[in-house]
Amino acid sequence: MPRAVKRNFLPLVFLGVVLAMPLVMRDDYYLHLMILFLMWVVIGSAWNLIAGYTGQVSFGDAAFFGCGAYTAGLLSHHLGISPWWGLALGGFVAAAVGLPFGWICFRMRGAYFALATLALNEVLRQGATIAENFTGGMVGILIMPSFTSKMPYYYIALAMAVASIASLRWVVHSKPGYYFVSIREDQDAAESLGINTHLYKMLSLAYAAFWTGIAGALYMNYMGFIDPHVVFSLHDISIMAILVGIVGGVGTVYGPAVGAFLMVTVQEMFRSGFFGLFQWLGAVSGSESLAKVAVVLTQAHVLGFGILVVVVILVLPNGIVGDWPKIRKRVFRLDAGN
Amino acid sequence: MAYFQVDKLVKYFGGLAAVNGVSFEVDQGQIFGLIGPNGSGKTTTFNMISGFHRPTSGRVLFKGREIHLLPTHGICRLGIGRTFQVVKPLGRMTVLDNVIAAAYSRVNTFREAREVALKTIDFCGLAPVRDVLAKALPIAGRKRLEIGRAMATRPEILLLDETAAGLNPTELVEAIELIKKIRENGTTIIIIEHIMHVIMTISDRIHAINFGQTIAEGTPKEVAANQAVIQAYLGTDYA
Repeated sequence: MPRAVKRNFLPLVFLGVVLAMPLVMRDDYYLHLMILFLMWVVIGSAWNLIAGYTGQVSFGDAAFFGCGAYTAGLLSHHLGISPWWGLALGGFVAAAVGLPFGWICFRMRGAYFALATLALNEVLRQGATIAENFTGGMVGILIMPSFTSKMPYYYIALAMAVASIASLRWVVHSKPGYYFVSIREDQDAAESLGINTHLYKMLSLAYAAFWTGIAGALYMNYMGFIDPHVVFSLHDISIMAILVGIVGGVGTVYGPAVGAFLMVTVQEMFRSGFFGLFQWLGAVSGSESLAKVAVVLTQAHVLGFGILVVVVILVLPNGIVGDWPKIRKRVFRLDAGN
Repeated sequence: MAYFQVDKLVKYFGGLAAVNGVSFEVDQGQIFGLIGPNGSGKTTTFNMISGFHRPTSGRVLFKGREIHLLPTHGICRLGIGRTFQVVKPLGRMTVLDNVIAAAYSRVNTFREAREVALKTIDFCGLAPVRDVLAKALPIAGRKRLEIGRAMATRPEILLLDETAAGLNPTELVEAIELIKKIRENGTTIIIIEHIMHVIMTISDRIHAINFGQTIAEGTPKEVAANQAVIQAYLGTDYA
């Protein structure tokens, strides 16, 4: 095997599986979950660059996600052009929001910057709610989806996910990548090595905003409906992006992909009451308390996220990919013991 | 025109004058020592030269050009590298990656940066720990990495801030060797040091400050015999 293939063996196998998946599994429900998963790969990878590599934790990913989604929605709503243009433009609009924001707010370090991103998110959410004439306010924007089948969306999302991971890989192995990590490790040292830390933090944020914006535009096209509370949501988008990054592995190329898969699965497990398991058990056994458990579990998905994050941080502080050697060693040793 | 000149530098932190009117000139190729008791303003002077602090007044001139308003990264690019007294390794990067990040200040491709970094690592004697994470290095290694990283930015002037502090006698000899090697390489060095053995053996000229003000300047011998310097270090009883 050529070295390049050998080194990327796992990701390539995985790519093959997701490429073939819709041909085997025609169920719309699972395709829908896969599309969400792929979208989260894009968002998680973007968050990972700014927070994991550059060390500037952002609580405001939804701001960029919403920018992308609204770009696509508003173009279609006001100008009547295809919302797919948003896919091309949404990223640039989000980056155009991120750059001046970064220029101002990267004067703050650490937690203060994180709080500023939180504020940006809220400002945009309130702005989109209030500017009813332009954005439709709380009524939101409704567009006709271009395809009735989920297949095209699946492959578009897959192309985006692959492109975002490829670009992340390229960036972190190039000069900016070294500069981003240097800034994370010690900003003063980075400055003394000739790194314009302010500029590079802005570039990193612009990159993250760009990809998050594209993901937002995809969401608009795919779901066909957005309102400010959906796309500028703190806990459904911003916090979810952070969870995807932390669970998968902060500062690793493939971490967000693993994190996205896990988080989308967990989210769906809670949302559907463990894929209807408890409801089914309740129906089978005729027990009302089991049916109640199903309802409670469905409502407790945020609690579930919280517990998952606590467990991951305690057991695998570097995330699943970051602590993979540790996991492998432990599993291997267990095997040897048996 | 002096090669490098500090002109009446003043830095106030609130009401406290950390540096109060320090002036000196450094010739190309010199090793210029900066000494003074704790808190006398040596590191503050370095911080002003390297752009971490803006001087309250006064100027820093490099080849006749005023540089005291430039940002830190700009000063590095002009060719003034520095090390930190409290070392700042890029902890979760290997020694090689630390130096590659520094080498990128002059080149753009990974191949060139790696090449520069490998040369610098050999030059600074870091080869045995090349693939070690920076945070795993002992203090001598960290001090050496500070120098290696600064050297990879290809400085014309290197500011060394107590690079010999905390080293054992063997490491001290090695550090002196390295500093001499850097000078032979054509780099001008401004060095802050508390260990008199080091600064007296390697410096061409020494500038002594106390309470932010110049108290003496001259050859190591002259400065060592200077009454004000002895007084500052040992107190009036021994002067």
